[in-house]
Amino acid sequence: MADARIITRRAAIVAGFGAAGYLVANTNALTLNPAMAKIFEAVEDWTRISQRALLNADRLAPEYRPSDISPVFKANGTLNPNTDVYNAHAAANFSDWRLNITGLVSNPMSLSLADIRRLPARTQITKHDCVEGWTAIGMWTGVQLGLLLKAAGMSPQARYVVFHCADNLSGEPAKGGEQSPGQYYESIDLKDAFHPQTLIAYALNGNPLDVPHGAPLRLRVERQLGYKHAKYIQSIQVTDSFANIAGGRGGYWEDRGYEWYAGI
Amino acid sequence: MPTVELQSSGSDVADEIGKAPAPHAELIYRHRAPVRLTHWINVLCILFLLGSGLNIFNAHPRLYWGKSGADADHAFFSLGAVTGESGPRGITQIGPWQFDTTGVLGWSKAYGEYQARGWPDWLTIPSFQDLADARHWHFLFAWLLVLNGLLYLGYSIYARHLQRDVWPTLDDLRGIPRSVLDHLRLRHPTGEAAKRYNVLQRLAYLGVIILISLMVLTGLSMSPGFNAVFPQLLDIFGGRQSARSIHFISASLIVLFVIVHVVEVMLAGPFNEIRSMLTGYYRIHRENPAADMREEEKV
Repeated sequence: MADARIITRRAAIVAGFGAAGYLVANTNALTLNPAMAKIFEAVEDWTRISQRALLNADRLAPEYRPSDISPVFKANGTLNPNTDVYNAHAAANFSDWRLNITGLVSNPMSLSLADIRRLPARTQITKHDCVEGWTAIGMWTGVQLGLLLKAAGMSPQARYVVFHCADNLSGEPAKGGEQSPGQYYESIDLKDAFHPQTLIAYALNGNPLDVPHGAPLRLRVERQLGYKHAKYIQSIQVTDSFANIAGGRGGYWEDRGYEWYAGI
Repeated sequence: MPTVELQSSGSDVADEIGKAPAPHAELIYRHRAPVRLTHWINVLCILFLLGSGLNIFNAHPRLYWGKSGADADHAFFSLGAVTGESGPRGITQIGPWQFDTTGVLGWSKAYGEYQARGWPDWLTIPSFQDLADARHWHFLFAWLLVLNGLLYLGYSIYARHLQRDVWPTLDDLRGIPRSVLDHLRLRHPTGEAAKRYNVLQRLAYLGVIILISLMVLTGLSMSPGFNAVFPQLLDIFGGRQSARSIHFISASLIVLFVIVHVVEVMLAGPFNEIRSMLTGYYRIHRENPAADMREEEKV
Protein backbone atom coordinates (compact mmCIF):
# COMPACT_ATOMS: atom_id res chain seq x y z
CA MET A 1 0.00 0.00 0.00
CA ALA A 2 2.71 2.39 1.01
CA ASP A 3 4.58 1.71 -2.23
CA ALA A 4 1.53 2.30 -4.40
CA ARG A 5 0.91 5.60 -2.69
CA ILE A 6 4.48 6.72 -3.26
CA ILE A 7 4.35 5.75 -6.93
CA THR A 8 1.12 7.66 -7.39
CA ARG A 9 2.56 10.66 -5.67
CA ARG A 10 5.75 10.44 -7.67
CA ALA A 11 3.68 10.09 -10.85
CA ALA A 12 1.69 13.17 -9.89
CA ILE A 13 4.84 15.20 -9.28
CA VAL A 14 6.41 14.06 -12.55
CA ALA A 15 3.18 14.72 -14.46
CA GLY A 16 2.85 18.17 -12.92
CA PHE A 17 6.38 19.18 -13.77
CA GLY A 18 6.07 17.58 -17.21
CA ALA A 19 3.00 19.67 -17.95
CA ALA A 20 4.67 22.83 -16.65
CA GLY A 21 7.79 22.10 -18.70
CA TYR A 22 5.68 21.55 -21.82
CA LEU A 23 3.91 24.85 -21.19
CA VAL A 24 7.18 26.75 -20.81
CA ALA A 25 8.84 25.07 -23.81
CA ASN A 26 5.89 25.68 -26.13
CA THR A 27 4.71 29.11 -25.06
CA ASN A 28 5.10 30.73 -28.48
CA ALA A 29 3.20 27.98 -30.29
CA LEU A 30 0.52 27.83 -27.60
CA THR A 31 0.03 31.60 -27.84
CA LEU A 32 -1.49 31.15 -31.29
CA ASN A 33 -3.18 27.80 -30.59
CA PRO A 34 -7.00 27.82 -31.01
CA ALA A 35 -7.52 25.67 -27.90
CA MET A 36 -5.46 28.11 -25.88
CA ALA A 37 -7.50 30.97 -27.37
CA LYS A 38 -10.60 29.38 -25.81
CA ILE A 39 -8.89 29.44 -22.41
CA PHE A 40 -7.87 33.07 -22.88
CA GLU A 41 -11.48 33.93 -23.83
CA ALA A 42 -12.74 32.19 -20.70
CA VAL A 43 -10.31 34.29 -18.63
CA GLU A 44 -11.60 37.46 -20.34
CA ASP A 45 -15.19 36.43 -19.58
CA TRP A 46 -14.26 35.74 -15.98
CA THR A 47 -12.60 39.16 -15.69
CA ARG A 48 -15.62 40.92 -17.22
CA ILE A 49 -18.13 39.03 -15.06
CA SER A 50 -16.22 39.74 -11.86
CA GLN A 51 -15.68 43.42 -12.69
CA ARG A 52 -19.32 43.82 -13.72
CA ALA A 53 -20.44 42.14 -10.51
CA LEU A 54 -18.61 44.90 -8.65
CA LEU A 55 -19.62 47.66 -11.07
CA ASN A 56 -23.40 47.18 -11.18
CA ALA A 57 -24.28 50.40 -9.37
CA ASP A 58 -23.21 52.71 -12.22
CA ARG A 59 -20.00 53.41 -10.36
CA LEU A 60 -18.25 56.43 -11.84
CA ALA A 61 -14.69 56.51 -13.09
CA PRO A 62 -12.58 58.87 -10.96
CA GLU A 63 -12.73 62.51 -12.02
CA TYR A 64 -9.82 64.90 -11.61
CA ARG A 65 -9.07 68.56 -10.92
CA PRO A 66 -8.17 71.02 -13.69
CA SER A 67 -4.62 71.12 -12.27
CA ASP A 68 -4.29 67.39 -13.05
CA ILE A 69 -4.82 67.90 -16.80
CA SER A 70 -1.85 66.59 -18.83
CA PRO A 71 0.10 69.42 -20.51
CA VAL A 72 0.26 67.29 -23.65
CA PHE A 73 -2.52 64.78 -24.24
CA LYS A 74 -0.87 62.04 -26.26
CA ALA A 75 -2.69 61.20 -29.49
CA ASN A 76 -2.37 57.60 -30.61
CA GLY A 77 -3.63 55.27 -33.34
CA THR A 78 -4.83 57.21 -36.35
CA LEU A 79 -3.57 60.80 -36.16
CA ASN A 80 -5.36 61.88 -39.32
CA PRO A 81 -7.79 59.79 -41.42
CA ASN A 82 -6.47 61.76 -44.40
CA THR A 83 -9.04 60.65 -46.94
CA ASP A 84 -10.36 63.13 -49.55
CA VAL A 85 -13.80 63.10 -47.97
CA TYR A 86 -12.46 63.60 -44.45
CA ASN A 87 -10.05 66.33 -45.53
CA ALA A 88 -12.93 68.18 -47.19
CA HIS A 89 -14.93 67.96 -43.94
CA ALA A 90 -11.94 69.21 -41.96
CA ALA A 91 -11.48 72.12 -44.38
CA ALA A 92 -15.15 73.05 -43.87
CA ASN A 93 -14.75 72.83 -40.10
CA PHE A 94 -16.99 69.73 -40.13
CA SER A 95 -20.08 71.89 -40.82
CA ASP A 96 -21.57 69.13 -43.01
CA TRP A 97 -20.53 66.20 -40.79
CA ARG A 98 -23.46 63.98 -39.87
CA LEU A 99 -23.75 61.51 -37.02
CA ASN A 100 -26.17 58.80 -38.05
CA ILE A 101 -27.92 56.59 -35.52
CA THR A 102 -29.13 53.42 -37.18
CA GLY A 103 -30.00 49.79 -36.58
CA LEU A 104 -32.43 48.50 -33.96
CA VAL A 105 -34.00 51.88 -33.23
CA SER A 106 -37.54 53.11 -33.85
CA ASN A 107 -36.38 56.58 -34.77
CA PRO A 108 -33.18 56.60 -36.85
CA MET A 109 -31.46 59.97 -36.67
CA SER A 110 -28.97 62.03 -38.57
CA LEU A 111 -27.50 64.81 -36.47
CA SER A 112 -25.24 67.71 -37.36
CA LEU A 113 -22.57 68.98 -34.98
CA ALA A 114 -24.76 72.01 -34.32
CA ASP A 115 -27.64 69.69 -33.35
CA ILE A 116 -25.37 67.78 -30.97
CA ARG A 117 -23.91 70.94 -29.39
CA ARG A 118 -27.45 72.17 -28.64
CA LEU A 119 -28.16 69.08 -26.48
CA PRO A 120 -27.44 69.09 -22.74
CA ALA A 121 -23.70 68.67 -22.31
CA ARG A 122 -21.57 66.93 -19.72
CA THR A 123 -17.98 67.96 -18.96
CA GLN A 124 -15.66 65.61 -17.11
CA ILE A 125 -11.96 65.50 -16.32
CA THR A 126 -10.92 61.89 -16.60
CA LYS A 127 -7.84 59.82 -17.25
CA HIS A 128 -7.29 58.04 -20.51
CA ASP A 129 -5.57 54.70 -19.96
CA CYS A 130 -3.90 53.29 -23.01
CA VAL A 131 -3.54 49.52 -23.26
CA GLU A 132 0.16 50.19 -23.88
CA GLY A 133 0.50 51.51 -20.35
CA TRP A 134 0.56 55.33 -20.53
CA THR A 135 -2.03 57.68 -19.03
CA ALA A 136 -3.16 61.17 -20.02
CA ILE A 137 -5.71 63.31 -18.18
CA GLY A 138 -8.05 65.57 -20.13
CA MET A 139 -11.30 67.48 -19.86
CA TRP A 140 -13.96 66.17 -22.19
CA THR A 141 -17.23 67.79 -23.18
CA GLY A 142 -19.99 66.01 -25.03
CA VAL A 143 -23.48 64.64 -25.01
CA GLN A 144 -24.30 61.53 -23.04
CA LEU A 145 -24.69 58.60 -25.40
CA GLY A 146 -27.65 57.35 -23.35
CA LEU A 147 -29.53 60.57 -24.18
CA LEU A 148 -29.09 60.00 -27.92
CA LEU A 149 -30.06 56.33 -27.66
CA LYS A 150 -33.22 57.15 -25.72
CA ALA A 151 -34.17 59.72 -28.33
CA ALA A 152 -33.59 57.12 -31.05
CA GLY A 153 -35.85 54.62 -29.29
CA MET A 154 -34.02 51.36 -28.70
CA SER A 155 -35.62 48.12 -29.74
CA PRO A 156 -35.93 45.44 -27.02
CA GLN A 157 -33.57 43.20 -29.02
CA ALA A 158 -30.77 45.75 -28.80
CA ARG A 159 -27.66 44.48 -27.00
CA TYR A 160 -24.70 46.38 -28.41
CA VAL A 161 -23.84 49.80 -29.74
CA VAL A 162 -21.33 49.80 -32.61
CA PHE A 163 -19.35 52.89 -33.62
CA HIS A 164 -18.25 53.21 -37.24
CA CYS A 165 -15.32 55.54 -37.80
CA ALA A 166 -13.83 57.53 -40.66
CA ASP A 167 -10.28 56.28 -40.17
CA ASN A 168 -8.62 53.33 -41.78
CA LEU A 169 -5.67 52.09 -39.73
CA SER A 170 -3.93 50.62 -42.74
CA GLY A 171 -0.70 48.76 -42.26
CA GLU A 172 -1.19 47.81 -38.65
CA PRO A 173 -0.13 44.23 -38.11
CA ALA A 174 -2.97 41.78 -37.66
CA LYS A 175 -2.77 38.74 -35.45
CA GLY A 176 -0.08 36.43 -36.74
CA GLY A 177 1.97 39.30 -38.13
CA GLU A 178 0.19 39.92 -41.44
CA GLN A 179 -0.49 43.44 -42.62
CA SER A 180 -4.19 44.09 -42.86
CA PRO A 181 -5.78 47.46 -43.33
CA GLY A 182 -9.10 48.00 -41.68
CA GLN A 183 -11.76 50.58 -41.05
CA TYR A 184 -11.78 51.46 -37.37
CA TYR A 185 -14.84 50.45 -35.42
CA GLU A 186 -15.70 49.67 -31.84
CA SER A 187 -18.58 48.32 -29.79
CA ILE A 188 -19.82 48.46 -26.21
CA ASP A 189 -22.77 46.88 -24.45
CA LEU A 190 -25.78 48.73 -23.07
CA LYS A 191 -24.39 48.86 -19.52
CA ASP A 192 -21.57 51.07 -20.73
CA ALA A 193 -23.68 52.83 -23.38
CA PHE A 194 -26.07 54.16 -20.72
CA HIS A 195 -23.36 54.94 -18.16
CA PRO A 196 -23.52 58.64 -17.21
CA GLN A 197 -19.88 59.24 -18.17
CA THR A 198 -20.20 57.65 -21.60
CA LEU A 199 -20.11 60.59 -24.01
CA ILE A 200 -20.06 61.42 -27.65
CA ALA A 201 -17.42 64.08 -27.06
CA TYR A 202 -16.80 67.12 -29.24
CA ALA A 203 -14.36 69.10 -27.08
CA LEU A 204 -11.08 68.40 -25.31
CA ASN A 205 -9.82 70.84 -22.67
CA GLY A 206 -12.40 73.42 -23.75
CA ASN A 207 -11.49 73.44 -27.44
CA PRO A 208 -13.23 71.68 -30.30
CA LEU A 209 -11.65 68.27 -30.84
CA ASP A 210 -8.63 68.52 -33.11
CA VAL A 211 -7.86 66.02 -35.84
CA PRO A 212 -5.29 63.88 -33.91
CA HIS A 213 -7.76 63.43 -31.05
CA GLY A 214 -10.69 62.38 -33.24
CA ALA A 215 -12.39 65.44 -34.73
CA PRO A 216 -15.23 66.08 -34.85
CA LEU A 217 -16.69 63.38 -32.59
CA ARG A 218 -15.25 60.60 -30.47
CA LEU A 219 -16.43 58.18 -27.84
CA ARG A 220 -15.56 58.42 -24.15
CA VAL A 221 -16.19 55.18 -22.27
CA GLU A 222 -14.31 55.93 -19.11
CA ARG A 223 -14.24 52.54 -17.42
CA GLN A 224 -12.40 50.91 -20.31
CA LEU A 225 -9.01 51.24 -22.02
CA GLY A 226 -8.18 53.77 -24.72
CA TYR A 227 -8.76 51.64 -27.80
CA LYS A 228 -12.48 51.44 -26.94
CA HIS A 229 -12.71 55.27 -27.27
CA ALA A 230 -13.40 55.32 -31.03
CA LYS A 231 -12.43 58.52 -32.84
CA TYR A 232 -13.86 60.16 -36.02
CA ILE A 233 -17.33 58.66 -35.40
CA GLN A 234 -19.63 58.73 -38.43
CA SER A 235 -22.40 56.44 -37.35
CA ILE A 236 -23.76 54.63 -34.34
CA GLN A 237 -25.38 51.29 -35.04
CA VAL A 238 -27.59 49.63 -32.46
CA THR A 239 -27.52 45.87 -32.89
CA ASP A 240 -28.13 42.52 -31.24
CA SER A 241 -24.82 41.07 -32.46
CA PHE A 242 -21.57 42.25 -33.98
CA ALA A 243 -20.66 38.82 -35.36
CA ASN A 244 -21.22 39.96 -38.95
CA ILE A 245 -19.26 43.20 -38.71
CA ALA A 246 -15.67 43.13 -40.04
CA GLY A 247 -13.73 40.40 -38.18
CA GLY A 248 -16.72 39.69 -35.96
CA ARG A 249 -15.04 40.33 -32.64
CA GLY A 250 -16.52 43.76 -31.98
CA GLY A 251 -13.72 46.14 -32.86
CA TYR A 252 -10.62 46.90 -34.91
CA TRP A 253 -8.22 45.84 -32.14
CA GLU A 254 -10.49 43.04 -30.97
CA ASP A 255 -10.16 41.56 -34.47
CA ARG A 256 -6.40 41.67 -33.86
CA GLY A 257 -6.47 39.73 -30.60
CA TYR A 258 -7.28 42.37 -27.99
CA GLU A 259 -10.04 41.86 -25.43
CA TRP A 260 -13.52 43.11 -26.23
CA TYR A 261 -13.99 43.87 -22.54
CA ALA A 262 -11.17 46.34 -21.94
CA GLY A 263 -11.82 47.07 -18.27
CA ILE A 264 -8.34 45.89 -17.38
CA MET B 1 9.85 26.23 19.95
CA PRO B 2 8.29 23.25 18.21
CA THR B 3 6.03 23.96 15.28
CA VAL B 4 3.23 22.03 13.70
CA GLU B 5 4.88 22.25 10.35
CA LEU B 6 8.34 21.19 11.31
CA GLN B 7 8.03 19.02 14.35
CA SER B 8 7.06 15.55 13.19
CA SER B 9 9.24 12.61 14.15
CA GLY B 10 11.73 10.83 11.98
CA SER B 11 10.70 7.22 12.46
CA ASP B 12 7.30 7.24 10.71
CA VAL B 13 8.85 9.05 7.86
CA ALA B 14 11.63 6.53 7.51
CA ASP B 15 9.10 3.68 7.44
CA GLU B 16 7.13 5.40 4.80
CA ILE B 17 9.95 5.91 2.40
CA GLY B 18 11.24 2.43 3.18
CA LYS B 19 14.72 3.07 4.44
CA ALA B 20 16.16 4.00 7.77
CA PRO B 21 18.00 7.28 8.14
CA ALA B 22 21.69 7.24 8.85
CA PRO B 23 22.29 7.31 12.59
CA HIS B 24 23.61 10.88 12.55
CA ALA B 25 20.68 12.21 10.53
CA GLU B 26 16.93 12.23 10.79
CA LEU B 27 14.22 12.85 8.23
CA ILE B 28 11.58 15.28 9.32
CA TYR B 29 8.33 16.18 7.61
CA ARG B 30 9.04 19.81 6.86
CA HIS B 31 6.58 21.10 4.23
CA ARG B 32 2.99 19.95 4.13
CA ALA B 33 1.23 19.22 0.85
CA PRO B 34 -0.75 22.50 0.49
CA VAL B 35 2.41 24.55 1.02
CA ARG B 36 4.37 22.45 -1.48
CA LEU B 37 1.64 22.50 -4.10
CA THR B 38 0.98 26.24 -3.84
CA HIS B 39 4.74 26.88 -3.90
CA TRP B 40 5.19 25.21 -7.29
CA ILE B 41 2.05 26.70 -8.80
CA ASN B 42 3.38 30.03 -7.62
CA VAL B 43 6.71 29.38 -9.37
CA LEU B 44 4.89 28.76 -12.64
CA CYS B 45 2.69 31.86 -12.17
CA ILE B 46 5.63 34.14 -11.35
CA LEU B 47 7.58 32.83 -14.34
CA PHE B 48 4.73 33.54 -16.77
CA LEU B 49 3.77 36.83 -15.14
CA LEU B 50 7.34 38.15 -15.31
CA GLY B 51 7.82 37.08 -18.93
CA SER B 52 4.47 38.38 -20.14
CA GLY B 53 4.87 41.49 -17.98
CA LEU B 54 8.11 42.37 -19.74
CA ASN B 55 6.41 41.91 -23.11
CA ILE B 56 3.61 44.25 -21.98
CA PHE B 57 6.21 46.71 -20.68
CA ASN B 58 7.80 46.76 -24.14
CA ALA B 59 4.63 48.36 -25.53
CA HIS B 60 5.57 51.50 -23.59
CA PRO B 61 9.01 51.04 -22.01
CA ARG B 62 8.90 54.12 -19.79
CA LEU B 63 8.01 54.61 -16.12
CA TYR B 64 6.51 57.74 -14.57
CA TRP B 65 5.50 58.92 -11.14
CA GLY B 66 2.07 60.40 -10.49
CA LYS B 67 -1.43 60.27 -11.86
CA SER B 68 -0.53 60.48 -15.52
CA GLY B 69 2.43 60.05 -17.84
CA ALA B 70 3.07 59.64 -21.56
CA ASP B 71 5.74 60.49 -24.14
CA ALA B 72 5.89 64.20 -23.35
CA ASP B 73 6.17 63.67 -19.60
CA HIS B 74 9.30 63.02 -17.56
CA ALA B 75 10.15 59.32 -17.23
CA PHE B 76 12.42 58.23 -14.37
CA PHE B 77 13.21 54.97 -16.15
CA SER B 78 13.14 54.14 -19.82
CA LEU B 79 14.46 51.68 -22.36
CA GLY B 80 14.82 53.22 -25.78
CA ALA B 81 16.65 53.22 -29.08
CA VAL B 82 18.51 56.24 -30.43
CA THR B 83 20.37 56.72 -33.69
CA GLY B 84 24.06 57.14 -32.99
CA GLU B 85 26.99 57.79 -35.35
CA SER B 86 27.50 54.09 -35.93
CA GLY B 87 23.80 53.20 -36.19
CA PRO B 88 21.05 52.64 -33.63
CA ARG B 89 21.97 52.14 -29.99
CA GLY B 90 19.94 50.80 -27.09
CA ILE B 91 19.83 53.26 -24.20
CA THR B 92 18.72 52.47 -20.66
CA GLN B 93 17.89 55.60 -18.69
CA ILE B 94 17.61 55.60 -14.88
CA GLY B 95 16.97 59.08 -13.50
CA PRO B 96 19.71 61.38 -14.84
CA TRP B 97 21.96 58.47 -15.90
CA GLN B 98 22.10 56.84 -19.31
CA PHE B 99 23.73 53.54 -20.16
CA ASP B 100 24.49 52.03 -23.55
CA THR B 101 22.81 48.62 -23.43
CA THR B 102 22.80 47.85 -27.16
CA GLY B 103 22.07 44.20 -27.85
CA VAL B 104 20.19 43.61 -24.62
CA LEU B 105 17.99 46.54 -23.60
CA GLY B 106 16.43 49.08 -25.95
CA TRP B 107 17.86 47.70 -29.18
CA SER B 108 18.31 43.97 -29.64
CA LYS B 109 18.14 41.18 -32.16
CA ALA B 110 14.88 39.27 -32.39
CA TYR B 111 13.86 36.87 -35.14
CA GLY B 112 16.99 37.55 -37.15
CA GLU B 113 17.02 41.33 -37.14
CA TYR B 114 17.81 44.12 -34.76
CA GLN B 115 14.83 46.09 -33.58
CA ALA B 116 13.79 48.65 -30.99
CA ARG B 117 12.46 46.65 -28.10
CA GLY B 118 12.77 47.33 -24.38
CA TRP B 119 13.47 43.83 -23.09
CA PRO B 120 15.07 41.23 -25.38
CA ASP B 121 13.12 38.35 -26.90
CA TRP B 122 14.72 35.74 -24.63
CA LEU B 123 13.16 37.39 -21.59
CA THR B 124 9.62 37.97 -22.84
CA ILE B 125 6.52 35.77 -23.13
CA PRO B 126 5.76 35.27 -25.93
CA SER B 127 9.24 35.90 -27.30
CA PHE B 128 7.80 37.83 -30.27
CA GLN B 129 6.48 41.30 -29.51
CA ASP B 130 2.67 41.20 -29.19
CA LEU B 131 0.87 43.18 -26.53
CA ALA B 132 -2.47 41.39 -27.02
CA ASP B 133 -0.95 37.92 -26.63
CA ALA B 134 1.20 38.94 -23.68
CA ARG B 135 -1.88 40.34 -21.93
CA HIS B 136 -3.69 37.01 -22.43
CA TRP B 137 -0.91 35.11 -20.67
CA HIS B 138 -0.63 37.81 -18.02
CA PHE B 139 -4.30 37.72 -17.00
CA LEU B 140 -4.52 33.92 -17.15
CA PHE B 141 -1.66 33.59 -14.69
CA ALA B 142 -2.73 36.63 -12.68
CA TRP B 143 -6.01 34.90 -11.87
CA LEU B 144 -4.16 31.67 -11.09
CA LEU B 145 -1.76 33.60 -8.85
CA VAL B 146 -4.64 35.20 -6.97
CA LEU B 147 -6.52 31.91 -6.47
CA ASN B 148 -3.33 30.07 -5.53
CA GLY B 149 -2.33 32.88 -3.18
CA LEU B 150 -5.72 32.86 -1.45
CA LEU B 151 -5.44 29.08 -1.08
CA TYR B 152 -1.97 29.45 0.44
CA LEU B 153 -2.93 32.27 2.79
CA GLY B 154 -6.18 30.57 3.83
CA TYR B 155 -4.43 27.31 4.58
CA SER B 156 -1.43 28.93 6.23
CA ILE B 157 -3.54 30.99 8.58
CA TYR B 158 -5.87 28.06 9.35
CA ALA B 159 -2.97 25.65 10.01
CA ARG B 160 -1.04 28.39 11.85
CA HIS B 161 1.87 27.95 9.41
CA LEU B 162 1.99 31.69 8.87
CA GLN B 163 1.81 32.53 12.58
CA ARG B 164 4.26 29.88 13.80
CA ASP B 165 6.71 29.35 10.98
CA VAL B 166 6.79 32.59 9.00
CA TRP B 167 5.92 35.41 11.40
CA PRO B 168 9.17 36.32 13.23
CA THR B 169 9.18 36.26 17.04
CA LEU B 170 10.84 38.95 19.12
CA ASP B 171 13.71 36.54 19.81
CA ASP B 172 14.03 36.03 16.08
CA LEU B 173 14.26 39.76 15.52
CA ARG B 174 16.91 40.17 18.20
CA GLY B 175 18.89 37.49 16.41
CA ILE B 176 19.00 39.36 13.10
CA PRO B 177 22.66 40.53 13.35
CA ARG B 178 23.81 37.02 14.21
CA SER B 179 21.72 35.50 11.44
CA VAL B 180 23.17 37.98 8.95
CA LEU B 181 26.69 36.95 9.99
CA ASP B 182 25.78 33.26 9.73
CA HIS B 183 24.42 33.80 6.23
CA LEU B 184 27.49 35.75 5.17
CA ARG B 185 29.76 32.97 6.48
CA LEU B 186 27.53 30.48 4.63
CA ARG B 187 26.94 28.67 7.92
CA HIS B 188 23.69 26.80 7.73
CA PRO B 189 21.88 25.70 10.87
CA THR B 190 22.06 22.06 11.87
CA GLY B 191 20.23 19.95 14.42
CA GLU B 192 17.24 21.51 16.19
CA ALA B 193 17.91 24.94 14.67
CA ALA B 194 17.47 23.51 11.17
CA LYS B 195 13.92 22.44 12.00
CA ARG B 196 12.61 25.97 11.93
CA TYR B 197 12.94 28.89 9.54
CA ASN B 198 15.65 31.33 10.60
CA VAL B 199 14.81 34.99 10.99
CA LEU B 200 16.09 36.08 7.58
CA GLN B 201 14.06 33.32 5.96
CA ARG B 202 11.01 34.46 7.86
CA LEU B 203 11.49 38.08 6.82
CA ALA B 204 12.17 37.08 3.22
CA TYR B 205 9.06 34.88 2.97
CA LEU B 206 6.94 37.50 4.68
CA GLY B 207 8.41 40.09 2.34
CA VAL B 208 7.59 38.10 -0.75
CA ILE B 209 4.01 37.59 0.45
CA ILE B 210 3.75 41.37 0.83
CA LEU B 211 5.36 41.95 -2.58
CA ILE B 212 2.98 39.56 -4.34
CA SER B 213 0.01 41.24 -2.63
CA LEU B 214 1.39 44.58 -3.79
CA MET B 215 1.67 43.20 -7.34
CA VAL B 216 -2.01 42.25 -7.31
CA LEU B 217 -3.12 45.59 -5.84
CA THR B 218 -1.01 47.74 -8.16
CA GLY B 219 -2.10 45.55 -11.08
CA LEU B 220 -5.73 46.18 -10.21
CA SER B 221 -4.97 49.91 -9.90
CA MET B 222 -4.05 49.96 -13.58
CA SER B 223 -7.52 48.69 -14.50
CA PRO B 224 -9.95 51.49 -15.42
CA GLY B 225 -12.83 49.16 -14.53
CA PHE B 226 -11.43 48.50 -11.09
CA ASN B 227 -10.67 52.22 -10.64
CA ALA B 228 -14.42 52.86 -10.81
CA VAL B 229 -15.09 50.09 -8.28
CA PHE B 230 -12.44 51.15 -5.79
CA PRO B 231 -10.93 54.57 -6.59
CA GLN B 232 -9.29 54.77 -3.14
CA LEU B 233 -6.67 52.28 -4.27
CA LEU B 234 -5.49 54.73 -6.93
CA ASP B 235 -5.10 57.42 -4.28
CA ILE B 236 -3.18 55.07 -2.00
CA PHE B 237 -0.59 54.43 -4.72
CA GLY B 238 -0.57 58.05 -5.88
CA GLY B 239 -2.17 57.54 -9.27
CA ARG B 240 -2.15 55.05 -12.12
CA GLN B 241 1.38 55.77 -13.31
CA SER B 242 2.78 55.50 -9.78
CA ALA B 243 0.90 52.22 -9.40
CA ARG B 244 2.41 51.00 -12.67
CA SER B 245 5.89 51.96 -11.47
CA ILE B 246 5.36 50.26 -8.09
CA HIS B 247 4.14 47.21 -10.03
CA PHE B 248 7.46 47.17 -11.90
CA ILE B 249 9.60 47.84 -8.81
CA SER B 250 7.82 45.11 -6.82
CA ALA B 251 8.37 42.69 -9.70
CA SER B 252 12.08 43.58 -9.67
CA LEU B 253 12.23 42.90 -5.93
CA ILE B 254 10.53 39.54 -6.50
CA VAL B 255 13.24 38.71 -9.05
CA LEU B 256 15.83 39.66 -6.42
CA PHE B 257 14.09 37.39 -3.91
CA VAL B 258 14.07 34.49 -6.40
CA ILE B 259 17.79 34.90 -7.07
CA VAL B 260 18.68 34.93 -3.35
CA HIS B 261 16.23 32.09 -2.68
CA VAL B 262 17.71 29.84 -5.37
CA VAL B 263 21.29 30.66 -4.36
CA GLU B 264 20.46 29.78 -0.73
CA VAL B 265 18.91 26.48 -1.87
CA MET B 266 22.10 25.70 -3.78
CA LEU B 267 24.30 26.60 -0.79
CA ALA B 268 22.18 24.75 1.76
CA GLY B 269 22.17 21.52 -0.22
CA PRO B 270 20.03 21.51 -3.35
CA PHE B 271 19.07 17.82 -3.23
CA ASN B 272 17.78 17.94 0.32
CA GLU B 273 16.09 21.33 -0.12
CA ILE B 274 14.37 20.51 -3.40
CA ARG B 275 13.32 17.09 -2.14
CA SER B 276 11.73 18.72 0.88
CA MET B 277 9.67 20.98 -1.38
CA LEU B 278 8.64 17.97 -3.51
CA THR B 279 8.02 15.20 -0.97
CA GLY B 280 7.92 17.22 2.23
CA TYR B 281 10.79 15.31 3.86
CA TYR B 282 13.94 17.07 4.92
CA ARG B 283 17.09 15.49 6.27
CA ILE B 284 18.46 17.06 9.40
CA HIS B 285 22.09 16.54 10.28
CA ARG B 286 22.66 16.42 14.01
CA GLU B 287 25.37 18.64 15.31
CA ASN B 288 26.65 16.03 17.71
CA PRO B 289 25.24 12.54 17.18
CA ALA B 290 27.08 11.12 20.19
CA ALA B 291 25.41 13.63 22.51
CA ASP B 292 22.01 12.80 21.07
CA MET B 293 22.62 9.12 21.67
CA ARG B 294 23.46 9.78 25.31
CA GLU B 295 20.27 11.82 25.69
CA GLU B 296 18.26 8.92 24.34
CA GLU B 297 19.91 6.47 26.71
CA LYS B 298 18.92 8.63 29.67
CA VAL B 299 15.28 8.39 28.64
